[in-house]
Amino acid sequence: MMDSLSVLLQAVPYLLKGALITIEAVAGAMGLGLIVGIQMAVGQVYGNLFIRRLICLYVWFFRGVPVLVLLFLFYFGLFSLLGLNLSAFGSVILVLGMTTAAYQSQIFRGAIESLPHGQLKAARAVGMSDVQAVIHIILPQALRLSIPGWSNEYAIILKDSALAFVLGTPEIMARTHFVASRTYQHLVLYLFAGVLYFLLTWWGVKALRKLETRVRIAGYAHSGGTR
Amino acid sequence: MNVGFYTETLIPALNRGLLVSLGLIVPSGLIGLLLGILVGTFRVYGHPVVRKITDGYASVFRGTPLVVQLFVLYFGLPNLGIYFDAYTAAVIGFILCSGAYHSEYIRGGLLSIKNGQFLAAQSLGFSMVKTLLWVIVPQAIRRALPGCGNELIYLIKYSSLAYMITCIELTGEGKVIASETFKYTEIFFIVGFIYLILTSVASFFLRRLENSLRLPGFDHYSL
Amino acid sequence: MIVPPPDVIRVENICKSFSGKNILTSVSLGLTQGELKVLIGPSGGGKSTLLQCINFLIPPDRGTVWLEGREIQIHHKRDIYEFRQQVGMIFQEFNLFDHLNALDNVAIALRKVKKLKKQAAIERAMAELDRVGLREHASLYPAQLSGGQKQRVSIARALAMDPKVMLLDEPTSALDPELIGEVLFVIRDLARNGMTMLLATHQVGFIQQMADEILFMEGGCIIERGKPADLLLPASRTRTRAYIDKLSELYEELK
Repeated sequence: MMDSLSVLLQAVPYLLKGALITIEAVAGAMGLGLIVGIQMAVGQVYGNLFIRRLICLYVWFFRGVPVLVLLFLFYFGLFSLLGLNLSAFGSVILVLGMTTAAYQSQIFRGAIESLPHGQLKAARAVGMSDVQAVIHIILPQALRLSIPGWSNEYAIILKDSALAFVLGTPEIMARTHFVASRTYQHLVLYLFAGVLYFLLTWWGVKALRKLETRVRIAGYAHSGGTR
Repeated sequence: MNVGFYTETLIPALNRGLLVSLGLIVPSGLIGLLLGILVGTFRVYGHPVVRKITDGYASVFRGTPLVVQLFVLYFGLPNLGIYFDAYTAAVIGFILCSGAYHSEYIRGGLLSIKNGQFLAAQSLGFSMVKTLLWVIVPQAIRRALPGCGNELIYLIKYSSLAYMITCIELTGEGKVIASETFKYTEIFFIVGFIYLILTSVASFFLRRLENSLRLPGFDHYSL
Repeated sequence: MIVPPPDVIRVENICKSFSGKNILTSVSLGLTQGELKVLIGPSGGGKSTLLQCINFLIPPDRGTVWLEGREIQIHHKRDIYEFRQQVGMIFQEFNLFDHLNALDNVAIALRKVKKLKKQAAIERAMAELDRVGLREHASLYPAQLSGGQKQRVSIARALAMDPKVMLLDEPTSALDPELIGEVLFVIRDLARNGMTMLLATHQVGFIQQMADEILFMEGGCIIERGKPADLLLPASRTRTRAYIDKLSELYEELK
């Protein structure tokens, strides 16, 4: 009992450094997913048939194949095939980013489609171009509506980041495994890892909820917007 | 293109793996859903203490990575003298994790039912159990179906994590052969497509089910 | 000596408070066979709570309920369920079962509570729907029905249980004006056929025509009670008359 606790305590600083790597990876993936996801969402709602089909295909692929398989496929397979010399860390961000982009695009798309048609009409009526309308009218509203869904996606990517372990990235899981395989105190160490992930999830979701309150517009109904 | 490689080595191995995957997915899916229905119901209608416990269970299993849960079950429990073989540990892990997510959707479905439905049923003389069985649950299931269906599709994908605790299913078989032959791209494209087919078929049937249960005016939460 | 006819339903000294606030204070009333009594008064006066106390949807803090001379004693949950089968309730928000069509809405209690066989339940349900004029709408779902139709289905649903008395909680308050008539028509019909009814409503014309007694409720007590003829004389200075005048004024303004 004392054995396991002392092992744990000694390992904590080392594991916390892993948490830092995890956070960086998740931030990178979510950021990539946000940028690509918004564009895909706009493409799906306002684009022509070809673009819509292409995006559908992308979403279908990245939502249908397990992350573990994608990591193996890209890191050990495609990246070296294409001559890309990405580190494990970079590959994780890229693969997770592409996956979350697929999911995020659907979250944003749902939000955009839930806005009343009158919003776009009114924007056009005052002379805005479609691009201006989307940037200044549609997206500000849609992004606010997307925060809960995005928060959910954050929690999922945070958990998927544990798979970066198989590529050797020194994040939480990899470091926990390293210590566990040397000290045999698997139980306490993995439980601690679980606690770390739990806290990261909790704080992240709380922060996003604060963001939601900060950017809330008075009287704005959740679906359908103001009438 | 060494066809022999594919027909003699890869395909049989992947078939083996696929069977193991299905052997993981089917029991975990069914039992996980049942657990979720049970826990979800307790989370809404249970005694306050029961509610706290079940809420806690759902929080923990939704708030931590499945990998960690599997590692605790397979590598960690032996520290306490409890030994599971890889397959059992995987199935237990999938059931517990899945069940937590299902309970969330069931809970949402139950909470979305208007109080008036209870009042009407009770005023006709329905007991609490009969009210739940014939009025509440039929409506709650329809509301929870998209969420629960999605969770089953997620299960198909994260069954691949069984590989991480040495249960060799589809992904595992692929990795074994790939590490020997370095044909990662080909192998994992194929493995990826097999999963894609599994999830697509599951999605198709899920949509069919949703449509067949659809009721006029039921999709909207107002009225 | 003329013995007054026995009450079909009688409640005495019903009291209810929620978080310290008195919602009902010692309310007593009774209805004999075929009587139609109306609860009237400002909102918050306790009419809805009283109706829901009578069939124990809201358990009263104190008081007794008698049905056909028998005191209703609750020893077991089962006693409440059996009691409720004999008391029909109509809600302001209809509360039709959203996952069932009109026919099944009426039939479900017959099958699951009264344990009728499927065929018998369906026949009875059709008969009740016919009675409220909705035979052709049997296969439609609540979302496909108008407000007036929904309320008529809910009346059919309650009638199918052969209740001894019906409690109606502002049955037309949630309806658009042009749909009120069809529901009042059905209620009038029921009254003419001898159903014992306690009804909370604002429909002045209906009250004047059909009520055997008016009970004016305010602040959780019955302040006035009497026949419409007595309470509603234009010249009388009753609270009831004053309230009716206020209602009519509002109605005139909206016209």
